[in-house]
Parts: sequence; structure tokens; C-alpha cells
Amino acid sequence: MASTLYEKLWQNHIIEEKADETPLIYVDRHLIHEVTSPQAFANLKFHNRVLRHPERTIATMDHNISTRSIEINAAGEGAANQLRTLEKNCKEFGIELFGMGHKNQGIVHVMGPELGLTLPGTVIVCGDSHTATHGAFGALAFGIGTSEVEHVFATQTLRQTKAKTMKIEVKGQVAPGISAKDIILAIIGKTGSAGATGYVVEYCGDAIERLSMEERMTVCNMSIEFGAKAGLIAPDATTFAYLKGKEYAPKGELWQQAIEDWQQLKSDPEASFDSYLTLDAKDIKTQVTWGTTPGQVTQIDSVVPSPDDFTDPVEQDSCRAALKYMGLTAGTKITDIAINKVFIGSCTNSRIEDLRAAAAIAKGKQVSPSVDAIVVPGSYRVKAQAEAEGLAQIFIDAGFEWRLPGCSMCLGMNDDVLSEGDRCASTSNRNFEGRQGRGSRTHLVSPELAAASAIAGHFVDLSQFNQQVQGA
Amino acid sequence: MEKFTQHNGLVAPLDAANVDTDQIIPKQFLQKTTRTGFGQHLFHGWRYLDAAGNDNNPEFVLNQAQYQGASILLTRENFGCGSSREHAPWALQEYGFKVIIATSFADIFYANCINVGILPITLSEEIIESLFQQAKEKPLKLTVDLATKSVETDHARFEFDLAPFHQYCLENGVDSVGWTLNKLAKIEAYEAKMPAWQ
Repeated sequence: MASTLYEKLWQNHIIEEKADETPLIYVDRHLIHEVTSPQAFANLKFHNRVLRHPERTIATMDHNISTRSIEINAAGEGAANQLRTLEKNCKEFGIELFGMGHKNQGIVHVMGPELGLTLPGTVIVCGDSHTATHGAFGALAFGIGTSEVEHVFATQTLRQTKAKTMKIEVKGQVAPGISAKDIILAIIGKTGSAGATGYVVEYCGDAIERLSMEERMTVCNMSIEFGAKAGLIAPDATTFAYLKGKEYAPKGELWQQAIEDWQQLKSDPEASFDSYLTLDAKDIKTQVTWGTTPGQVTQIDSVVPSPDDFTDPVEQDSCRAALKYMGLTAGTKITDIAINKVFIGSCTNSRIEDLRAAAAIAKGKQVSPSVDAIVVPGSYRVKAQAEAEGLAQIFIDAGFEWRLPGCSMCLGMNDDVLSEGDRCASTSNRNFEGRQGRGSRTHLVSPELAAASAIAGHFVDLSQFNQQVQGA
Repeated sequence: MEKFTQHNGLVAPLDAANVDTDQIIPKQFLQKTTRTGFGQHLFHGWRYLDAAGNDNNPEFVLNQAQYQGASILLTRENFGCGSSREHAPWALQEYGFKVIIATSFADIFYANCINVGILPITLSEEIIESLFQQAKEKPLKLTVDLATKSVETDHARFEFDLAPFHQYCLENGVDSVGWTLNKLAKIEAYEAKMPAWQ
């Protein structure tokens, strides 16, 4: 019978599937960090259980670390306690840890792929909802809670209900200047914030196949933002070329075997999905969120919507509440919205290509005097590469702050937080109320638009940006 | 985990869709290494007018006199979306919620609820709407029965769906790790057949 990619991954990982019991699946790779693991370790110890496969578990410090100093204490007392607890637990259970300043340290979803820890055909979990990122490699990857982290520690398995399948096809080619971030925000704009709840999504079509691995990760990363359990892209030559020679990727004969297996990882042409969505790439424009969920998004040449633009009363209420929180008036042109903060970073957009794209915009220009802008590379490897390529200097010369890697202002668990009323153009993934700081206002955008907005002091149409800056 | 069989309690109507886990428990309270100490920070941004959490927001439902002691949270679609933080159900549980009734739940949050022993109930938009009307009008008490998978008001009874294994785990307070460890032979058999690169 014809199967989808998800069904193949599922079938390859089923340990037990029986009536009246949630299916048990195998977990190949478990990524952990300081915030969602301590209670899982504590329970493991309480029950005197062993950690079944320390070698399948990798830890990094990312969520609440300082981006100004590699000192553990720089992040404050609570954070330091979590970081030290992670250190102690990793030592006790024999888990490899990329701690402060380690050359492999980085945001968990940047670090895994760049080291070759993320492989096609595997099941990858992490106590973090953006684990969907790794689906860009054709891995079944999803976020889990702390009780599930404990379950994986003890058993290397998880109980999972089989998801429904959704095929999202992006046909044709995007216009110049349209990024992967715009593609995924446009998709979320179509489905709404819960459009894929209960589904595993497979992204396909010309516009997806043309994407680099970095861009594919940006797309899959935000699968959770419209409710999907996971996002998948079938592995292909682009995937294999990216992984070849990576530190933890298979080598020699194992690599050959792996490639043979990975080439089978695609949906059969006759496979049927439970749901379909098709977009025309040429219709996708630069995206900006205006509300407090990623689904409240529009395009750069548009205006802030009004509650009357929606028919559903619940959506009308949500729009009203969002406009109030965001301090926006319906009908305002998106390009007339002034911002005072810019954040370039996060597991969505902090990889080398993101920084190249932002730097290309920033080169030779100056951040507006009314804007504070920071650039936070996703990992120490990205940081080193960006410095070697001269990108860091471009940012610094343009007036951006160049920081140390970490999750930073995406969730503001460290001191990178916005103040009440701040309005931020952010390359991160969530514009929830208070996400970047109590009372702060977040607009999700691409790295290109974040950089251009930092310079202009407001959102700008990238196609007119160069002329505007020269004319100013 | 505490067993769940039946619960009778007061409903608090939280009339909002897409309530994310950042609202349920904001990030500044995630720096603990325990499962406790989160209840006081539940819905912090909405519940308090100040960052320190001293000044109650009188407009927020949980601060209103008629909803004190509520143990059933009534809300709308996509409840618990966003971050995977299990701190969200921990906070809800510590505050006193045993049941959450919504039009729909985000997947990770739903699993987290089952794992901590909160019963997430999905009902139709129409029923939810009528429960909202009743709960806003005067105090509404519900009886939730797990064995019959039903919710009862004084004059109506609704049934809900729950996966058999989830029901079993809640009813018996199953230690899910221990349950799976009983299947070690099957896990080992799977591992023996895995390709070497995996």
C-alpha cells in the first residue's frame, strides 16, 4: 500500500501497537537543555532508575544563558542554578554536554543539525516545542513535556498517538527577496494558529525543494505555530550534501548504508493524505505579524485588519484583544508602524544564511537612532563563521550589537527582555503577549525585514528599501 | 500520580481562544528545578497589574469573588498552544484545577495534562458556548465522571471522548515509565534490528 513519509517513519519506529494502549515508538535521539530537564532527572533518581541510553542523549545550555558573558553566574541566580543542575546531572548520568563557551554549544535546534546529530529517518525529541525544526531532514521530530523527557531517559521510547497527515505544497518559485520565513508565515496565515492540530505536515513542491537546509529548517521550525505535531521535508541531494562529513554523521560504509535507506524516505506518489493545502509561491509577499498569535499575520503592503474583517465572533474578539495589546489601530499601513527594538536570532532565524541575508541589507548603513538592535548567532559555530566572513563587523559597523549565542530575546528567559510598550521586529517564532517581556509588542518578520526595519525605524517594503534609504 | 475517578467542582470561565503556555506560566517563572511553586504565578500577566504580582487585576476571571475555589477551567479553542513547558499544567494543578474543558487543545499540552493527572475534556463549540453563558450568569458546578466519560450540570449531561489508555492511566494513577519498563524485552528486540547508522 502506498504510504506517506510520516507513515514510513512511524512504521520504522513502532515497538508495540495494540488495542487499548497508546502505541510505543522508539526514540533515536534525545536533545536536552537546562529548563525542561531538571525535574525529569530528579524523578529518575527518586525512582532509582537508570538512564537507558546516555549516548543517544545530548545536552546543551541555551534557554536562559547570558548573551554578554560565558560565565554561568552572568545569567542570574535562578538560571545559574538550572545550568549547574544540568552540569551535575550530565556528569552523573554520562551525558555529553556542550556547556558555556564549548565550541559546539548553541541553541539546541541549531546545534543538532550543524553537528550531524540530526539524521533523516530518525525520531528526535526534545523538551522544547521547536523540535519540529529537525523535520527539515526527514526526521520525525517533535517537542515533549518533562514527564515525557523522563520517559525517554528511562526507556528510550515514547507513547504516541498516530497523527493525521497533511500535505502542504508550495508550487512554483518565490519572487526575489521572499524568504523561507515569509513562506511559513504565509502558510500559517492561511491555516490559522491551530489549523494543523493533530496533524504531521509534509512540505513539498518546487518552492520547498529549492530551499537550502537552513531555509528548510526555518519552515519546519514554525510547524508548531499552526498546531502541527511535526513538520517534514523529504530528504534529497541537498540534505545529503549538507550532512556529509558532519562530526556526528555516519562515515564510510555506514554513510553508504544510510544514504541507501534515506533515499526511500519520501511519500509514495499514490499516497493519500488526510488533508491538503496548496499555495502558489509567486503570490507570497513579505510577511509581518500584527497580532498576538503567529496566525495573525499580513503582508507588508497591507494594513492592520479590523475585527469586522472576520466573520467568526471568537476571531473578532481575538482581533480586538490583539489590537488593544499591540497598541495598533485598524487600517494603519504596516509600513507606517514604527519599531524601537530589533532582534535577529532564535532557532527560527539565527543560522549563517540568516545572518548573511541580514548583513547584506545592513552593509554600509546605520541603525536608526530610535532603534536598539541586537544580533544573536544561533551557536558558537555560527558565530565563528559569521566573524570569519566579516558579517559580525558589518553588523557592528552598522550599529547592531553582536552578542554571544543563545535563545536570548526569543523568550527572554535571560536579561535580553523588552520593556513595557517596546515594539520589536523579531526574527523569532512567537508574538504571544509578554513573550519577549511583560507588556512588550512583538512583530514576527524575516531576517531581511528585521535588518531593514532597524535601519528605517519602521517596517519597509524591501523592494523599495534601497531607494528609500538613499533618498533619506 | 493521583487517581482521577470523579470530580464535582466550580467552573471558572476563561473566555479566550488560543491561550498559549506563555500566558499560563510566563517564562520568568521557569527557573525552578522542582515541580512546585508555579501556582502563584498562573496567568501572571493577566492576573496581576504589576510585575511583582502584588496587585490583583479585578477584571481577570480568577480574581472575581464568584469564581474563588474554582477547580474546572472552561475555555475555548487551541488551549495550551505554544511552548512544551509542563510547568503550565503544573501551575494549573497547583492552583487547584483538576479539569479543563475546551473546544480543542494543543497536542503537547494535552499529553502533559494526562501525564500530570489533569483531565482535559473536549466538547463541541455549541456546548462550550452554553456552558460559558451559564457560568457567567451564576456559579456553575459540574460533575465530571471518568468511568462514564460524562459531564453533568443540574439539567444536562454531555459525553466526551478520551483514548482508552489515557482513561486507564488517569483512573489508576499509572506510573507510565514503570508501565513501559515492563516491556523492556520488546524494546530490546527493536534495538537488535535497527540499522547500524540509526
